[in-house]
Amino acid sequence: MIPKLKPIRPELLDHPSFQQALTLAGEHAADVDRNGRFPSEAIEALRAAGAMSWLVPRELGGAGASLDEAARAVFELSRRCASTGMIFAMHQIQIGCITRHAVQSPWFADYLKRLVREQRLIASATSELGTGGDIRRSIAAIHPAPGAEPFLRFEKKATTISYGASADDLLTTVRRAPDSEPGDQVLVLTHISEMKMKQTDQWDTLGMRGTCSPGFELEATFAPDHILPAPFATISAETMVPFSHILWSHVWLGLSSDAFDRAQNFVRKQARQTPGTTPPSALRLSELSVHMAQFRAMVESALDEYVELTARGDRAALSTVGFAVRINNLKISASEAAVEACLGALRVCGVSGYKNDGPFSIGRNLRDAHSAALMIANDRLYSTNASLLLVHREGK
Amino acid sequence: MNTISVQSCSTAEDIRDQLRKIVKDHAGLNLPLDKIEDSTDLYRAGMSSQSSVVLMIAVEAQFGIEFPDAMLSRDVFSNIESIASAIEAIQRADA
Repeated sequence: MIPKLKPIRPELLDHPSFQQALTLAGEHAADVDRNGRFPSEAIEALRAAGAMSWLVPRELGGAGASLDEAARAVFELSRRCASTGMIFAMHQIQIGCITRHAVQSPWFADYLKRLVREQRLIASATSELGTGGDIRRSIAAIHPAPGAEPFLRFEKKATTISYGASADDLLTTVRRAPDSEPGDQVLVLTHISEMKMKQTDQWDTLGMRGTCSPGFELEATFAPDHILPAPFATISAETMVPFSHILWSHVWLGLSSDAFDRAQNFVRKQARQTPGTTPPSALRLSELSVHMAQFRAMVESALDEYVELTARGDRAALSTVGFAVRINNLKISASEAAVEACLGALRVCGVSGYKNDGPFSIGRNLRDAHSAALMIANDRLYSTNASLLLVHREGK
Repeated sequence: MNTISVQSCSTAEDIRDQLRKIVKDHAGLNLPLDKIEDSTDLYRAGMSSQSSVVLMIAVEAQFGIEFPDAMLSRDVFSNIESIASAIEAIQRADA
């Protein structure tokens, strides 16, 4: 087994209810993957553990957990089932956006209390048909609801909404008003039971099959206080992007660590068959352990930087070009590192790794890892950083 | 683009007027010059992240300065007034 991530206070992660969620995530991972179905057993167990509201402040009834703890939970879940880990990560990203940018609003404070009681699951609709994958531009806009003022409404064609059919609530990006520029966006929280949602395609994918992320056409009518008070640009820079890149990286580190564990078990099995000699695959494993150490260090240092900046309330630092470059670098490198780790484990395990069954199978890990480069396409981030590096000077 | 040496002799009003022209030319807004106030939120007016980088480069070239990383931020580049304050701070530090 690879060394664990640094210790974290044990109340949440060592609690039997969370351990039960981990067990269920592992037990159902193969079936979730095979059938491309929502991992309902593990998510229900996470609800029972109160994990949906871990990041909600204590004064609103939550656990007041830190991003470290959420990240560690994402890592542990993803070692068993990366789809479950990704769903949990995405939910925590939405919670992060609300707790860091909307708790001063009475409506959102009440909403979070309700979320704690009901352990509601939040999905997000940031993608949109016609924007070319740029979530910082919207076509859909908020309009007055005809004959129902002051209520508002929006319609949006989202190209992908992860676990949209299983979530309770939805955070959607839209333009602030019909005459707003594409980049003048806000986030709106709506209850799915009060919306019209029409699924527009299927989610039959290579990997991350349990996230169930097809496209949807959305229609919602809502009161004005469902709009997060901060502009989406601010929420995106200070919270959504860093939370996403950090928590996604923990998903990829988790699924890669599982692949490493499988490879190590394979080498040990070979060693036991020929006591006294080191199997040839051991050399490959030692190469892989170097890669894993670098991968882990990269993910941990990004988490540490963000936790430190947020702990001292340095919001200005989070919107600098330098931070944007670094947090984009994390996503690019972690997504590439995950595929490399799974390929390395496959090389160690050989045919046993290539088989879809058995304890040394690497197939699901590798297929899940390939999604990493596509979630906010790495080419888009390379292009963004190419532009940012025209002004950013490392070390200044 | 003309590069003008203005580091120490520019007045507060000069800086803002020059910035208004740079914003007009580089921020990618659909606004005429006289609609760009010192306090206009450039991002809400349509400046993308990409355009903000172009604006940063143009301001550095025009004023012959280099912004430290802490000033290359969304807050600083969100309106002419805050960009002007940042330029003045750098000019004071260099003086």
